[in-house]
Amino acid sequence: MTQVHIRIDDTDLAVSPQLTIMEAAEQLGIQIPRLCYHPDLSIEGACRVCIVEVEGYKNYLPSCATRVQEGMVIRTNSPEIRQARRDLVELIIDNHPRECQTCERDGNCELQNLAYAMGVRERLFEGRRKLYKVESSSPAVIRDAEKCILCRRCVRVCSEIQGIHNLSQLYRGFDTRVAPAHEAPMNESVCIACGQCINVCPVAAFLERPSTDAVWRSLSDPETLVIAQVAPAIRAAIGEGFNLPPGQIMTGQTVTALRRLGFDIVFDTNFGADLTVVEEAHEFARRLKENRDLPLLTSCSPGWIKFLEHFYPEFIPNASTCKSPMSILSTVSKTYYAQQRGIDPKKIFMVAIMPCVAKKFEAERGEHVSETGAPYTDVVLTTRELIWMIKAYGIDLTHLPEGEFDHPLGFSTGAADLFGKTGGVMEAVLRTAVEQLTGQTLTSIDFQQVRDVEGIREAQLEVAGRTLHVAVANGLNNAKLLLEKVKSGEAHYDLIELMACPGGCVGGGGQPYPPPGYHVLDKEILKKRAQALLDIDAGKPLRKAHENPYIIEIYKEFLGEPGSPVSHKLLHTTYHPREPRGIK
Amino acid sequence: MNKTDQSVTLDRDIIDLMEECRLREYPESYLITILHRVQARYGYLSEQHMDEVAQYMQIPTATISGVATFYHYFRLRPRGKYAISICLGTACFVKGADKILEAFKTELGIDMGETTQDGLFSLENSRCLGVCALAPVVTVNDRVYSNLSAKQVPDLLNKIRFEDQ
Repeated sequence: MTQVHIRIDDTDLAVSPQLTIMEAAEQLGIQIPRLCYHPDLSIEGACRVCIVEVEGYKNYLPSCATRVQEGMVIRTNSPEIRQARRDLVELIIDNHPRECQTCERDGNCELQNLAYAMGVRERLFEGRRKLYKVESSSPAVIRDAEKCILCRRCVRVCSEIQGIHNLSQLYRGFDTRVAPAHEAPMNESVCIACGQCINVCPVAAFLERPSTDAVWRSLSDPETLVIAQVAPAIRAAIGEGFNLPPGQIMTGQTVTALRRLGFDIVFDTNFGADLTVVEEAHEFARRLKENRDLPLLTSCSPGWIKFLEHFYPEFIPNASTCKSPMSILSTVSKTYYAQQRGIDPKKIFMVAIMPCVAKKFEAERGEHVSETGAPYTDVVLTTRELIWMIKAYGIDLTHLPEGEFDHPLGFSTGAADLFGKTGGVMEAVLRTAVEQLTGQTLTSIDFQQVRDVEGIREAQLEVAGRTLHVAVANGLNNAKLLLEKVKSGEAHYDLIELMACPGGCVGGGGQPYPPPGYHVLDKEILKKRAQALLDIDAGKPLRKAHENPYIIEIYKEFLGEPGSPVSHKLLHTTYHPREPRGIK
Repeated sequence: MNKTDQSVTLDRDIIDLMEECRLREYPESYLITILHRVQARYGYLSEQHMDEVAQYMQIPTATISGVATFYHYFRLRPRGKYAISICLGTACFVKGADKILEAFKTELGIDMGETTQDGLFSLENSRCLGVCALAPVVTVNDRVYSNLSAKQVPDLLNKIRFEDQ
């Protein structure tokens, strides 16, 4: 391939003409300061922080948006450029609230870090400030337009990765703000609550609705039995909040930390996952037999489910009616477990630790309440919120002894751990469904075809004399591609696993902000977190959900059999079309 | 805001226009044309109409909202029976258009871009109308008032109210 010859800061190099100046500079170890740029999103060129000097050009050029050309002589650094960059950053922060110490993103803020790196030590400009109220209508995602710096990363992730197009820049000039259509509150928009806008926001213009106060309150109430449940993706990511490298397995330390925080009982969402697998595999086998409502669409990702209801209500009959592992675990805690131990379910306060922002929405869905009208899941905390609570309590997670989950709802097979990564629900369900369909015990249970963290994967399996067509999608633009194929008849699938977030739950909207050296949604982080879950699975003696002895027990003592009336009443749910309708 | 009402309220010819645009290359590039037609028909862009355009054209509603709020030409609320447009071009401005604008705001109790409760008046701004010799200039619907001063504003409004009866 032809290369172009350029000079960056007195170093000559030959690079592909496809590269931008920013990318070419990275090859030399030069990290040009940047703000609106994100490698997985389209180029915006809004912030101008990444400007460089190119010989022959009167103006500075944005290095993220300028391709290299033969003979370019580029300077990324000179007193003039540094001054210009610093002026730009100063102008941005001039219009930004001066609330760093009380801001949720303090210490994790890209603007703060940039201002520090640029050497901004005083406020030189005193201009008019834009003033907006915090928009907190949604149970999951809060919008604070006053902090917004108009980098449009949220707009881009919402349309380019998630295909939701919920956000746009409204009005113009000084009045420009990012909001849903008609500046509607988030809970009246097509927002699916995935929280990726929170992840990509360099500041704190989007945040999850905070729930820690309610948890502190319940923890200090001696009358309440506070139960925690921990989603699989937490154990692979929580260490990052304590300066550990991504992918460190922290299951036992997390359990100990929760006990020290004062949780009376620590269950594992994994148990709920095992139960989901057994129910869903049964549902899948029955639909295959009756040849109806195929492909079966998985239902654990609440962001995906909300997307289904806004954008593809015609596919609602295809969605698995199984509740998510979180809601299943909450339900059996307040029914089966409470009954078994003679506890009044009203005294149980269920706190679910999730990598997910949409789980906050799921917990408040009307379908997930008991007969008395009380929610099965009382509060959902994101990984970030738990990290903060642990820090607030003065616990050093890295040096904690490893604790054990409480039984019976704390025991799980390797299948459950896979739920935290894209392709994992598929693999877990196949391990159980294939045995059900063939009546034989599986010896090789690693379904390599559905691993990896790519956005879309398809596979075919020969099972009991028929070919099963399966597909996996993460990131809802990819979900759209698969569903459109099914609609047009271009493809036939029997089972599709869908997860709203890139990489699945490991890339959830509630996961830790990236450690230094990584960017948000960095595939390297996602791979490491996913690998941690694969390692946990591989290291467990039991790896098929239906072999979990406590699952066998709960069916024997309480549920009857998979798909029984009790199961249906407690472990299954319904969905309904939602307004406003999404644009596909 | 009526989000649940999915019944189509746009006139047939506007739907025909959209269907025609959908068959062309880059249908989304006709968005502004369509919004112009909607505003010309109904006087403003209602949320309901923008939602319908979104569904017909399969253009995200947020994108349409972004376009409709970006251009001053588009109105998001019904226009008053008498649309008062104050020229804020350079010549008018130096001759006191800002004071005239303030007078209208005070007299009517509304801000720029708003309509009075009785639906009679709305306030809009415009850039240079090209009659700078007559500055400062105000138009009410298609009528031009020239060499206006802030003092004359109450009389002008009363005159319109009187004629309206």
